[in-house]
Amino acid sequence: MEAGTNGAPTSSRVVHVEVNGERHEREVDARRLLVHFLRDELDLTGTHVGCDTGNCGACTVHLDGEAVKSCMLLAVQADGTTITTVEGLEEDGRLHPLQQAFSDHHALQCGYCTPGMLMSAKYLLDNNPEPTEAEIRKALQGNICRCTGYVNIIEAVAAAAKGEVSA
Amino acid sequence: MLLREVAYARPRTLEAAVRLLGEHEDARALAGGQSLTNAMKQRVGSPAVLVDLAELAELRRIDRAADGSLELGAMATYAQIVLSPEVSSTHPILAEVAHQIADVQVRNRGTIGGNVCWNDPTNHFPPLLAALEARMTITGPNGEREVGYDEFFVGVFMTAAGPGELLTKITVPAPGACGSAFASVPIGKDGTCIVNAAACVDGGAPRIAIGCVAGVPERATGMEQALAGGDLSPERVREAARGLGQALDPPSDVHASAEYRRHLAEVLAVRATLQAAGRAA
Ligand SMILES: Cc1cc2nc3c(=O)[nH]c(=O)nc-3n(C[C@H](O)[C@H](O)[C@H](O)COP(=O)(O)OP(=O)(O)OC[C@H]3O[C@@H](n4cnc5c(N)ncnc54)[C@H](O)[C@@H]3O)c2cc1C
Ligand code: FES
Ligand code: FES
Repeated sequence: MEAGTNGAPTSSRVVHVEVNGERHEREVDARRLLVHFLRDELDLTGTHVGCDTGNCGACTVHLDGEAVKSCMLLAVQADGTTITTVEGLEEDGRLHPLQQAFSDHHALQCGYCTPGMLMSAKYLLDNNPEPTEAEIRKALQGNICRCTGYVNIIEAVAAAAKGEVSA
Repeated sequence: MLLREVAYARPRTLEAAVRLLGEHEDARALAGGQSLTNAMKQRVGSPAVLVDLAELAELRRIDRAADGSLELGAMATYAQIVLSPEVSSTHPILAEVAHQIADVQVRNRGTIGGNVCWNDPTNHFPPLLAALEARMTITGPNGEREVGYDEFFVGVFMTAAGPGELLTKITVPAPGACGSAFASVPIGKDGTCIVNAAACVDGGAPRIAIGCVAGVPERATGMEQALAGGDLSPERVREAARGLGQALDPPSDVHASAEYRRHLAEVLAVRATLQAAGRAA
């Protein structure tokens, strides 16, 4: 979708986005970060703010199918895009296989990093359905977990890739 | 974090982008935002106007020119460079290095143009583009001009692309029989570099550039001259690197002392040169 104009800069603008299948049209301040737009205006609080510096990945969402850190993007930059957040993973009230695998493998303790981990893992499997362990590690480089020590997270992603999740 | 108030424009044409940058005081280009957003959060940069380059499709192109050189649009993302067949068939080193930057989320947004325009001395691309002797095309109100990498990198966070101007294209000369390599000691795997070095070897004198030791990538000219014409045996390359560190004046910080950076500069220049020599056709 063409969202550009050659007109004058403005301090707010009407943003059209599709988030988890639902369309939204909102006037947004140009200074508002995408993560705050998602959390505070669309009430999608699954996306977390950890570091607010682009390092921890807790704020990871998919923008037109690509994993990005939503604290490193203005909401106005997302105008015209399709976004998926962690709330968009489950289908018909059933956990996504990755979510189930995280539960099966005790891949979370406090859960703060989990939404971002899931979105990065989902991005990996969308593009590489049969990753090696090294590829899983590389894919999760931008996500920091302070509790689990990563081993269980990597096992969970590997299990989800193989379809080895409990019903 | 709440940023300071800012106005935003997303022009559809390069002409409009240049006009907007010229019309507004304290206007800044916004590329991948992977450095600028943080600078705005920390209030080290608070532009009044952001001119988002996202819609300028022409700046995303990666082409192989008729003379065999590689033309990278300033808005080509690291992810795009990693996957580009034009890159892998000419200068695969660009993809190899792009793949080492930060993480997949940053690679999906960050651009090669933003990387060099930001010119953080720890960034990956400035030394690599110095070793590859890239040329930069800058577009401004008075049209287009091309400068060599040595003129482009001016100092820490400073380049020849001045206010009101845009970097539009980076041209990397045809590879010929050249082999290239990049060596670094980063803070954690694929993290920020403490020191890095890039080398390009194609028969004649190797071209070697060191990053993280000064405001601009430093060509290791003494070492290059010592190695001109002749074999690149490990002994000879090591010998040529001796004293390289002492000629540098790198910073000290929490990650490394200046002395250690001088040491790493020699070690990494050797590693990059030997690897590049091994890759030269
Ligand atoms: C967690 C994290 C880790 C990182 N680690 C590394 C690393 O190890 N190595 C590394 O190299 N980088 C690293 N980066 C920085 C990253 O590579 C940035 O993408 C890059 O420095 C800036 O590119 P950008 O496209 O995001 O530009 P922006 O952030 O959008 O812009 C940066 C600056 O360049 C200017 N600019 C951008 N494009 C143009 C243009 N075409 N013409 C004129 N001016 C322009 C902008 O006005 C701004 O001043 C990291 C970033 C993060 C968030
Ligand atoms: S909150 Fe965005 S990367 Fe940490
Ligand atoms: S589970 Fe606590 S930060 Fe990852």
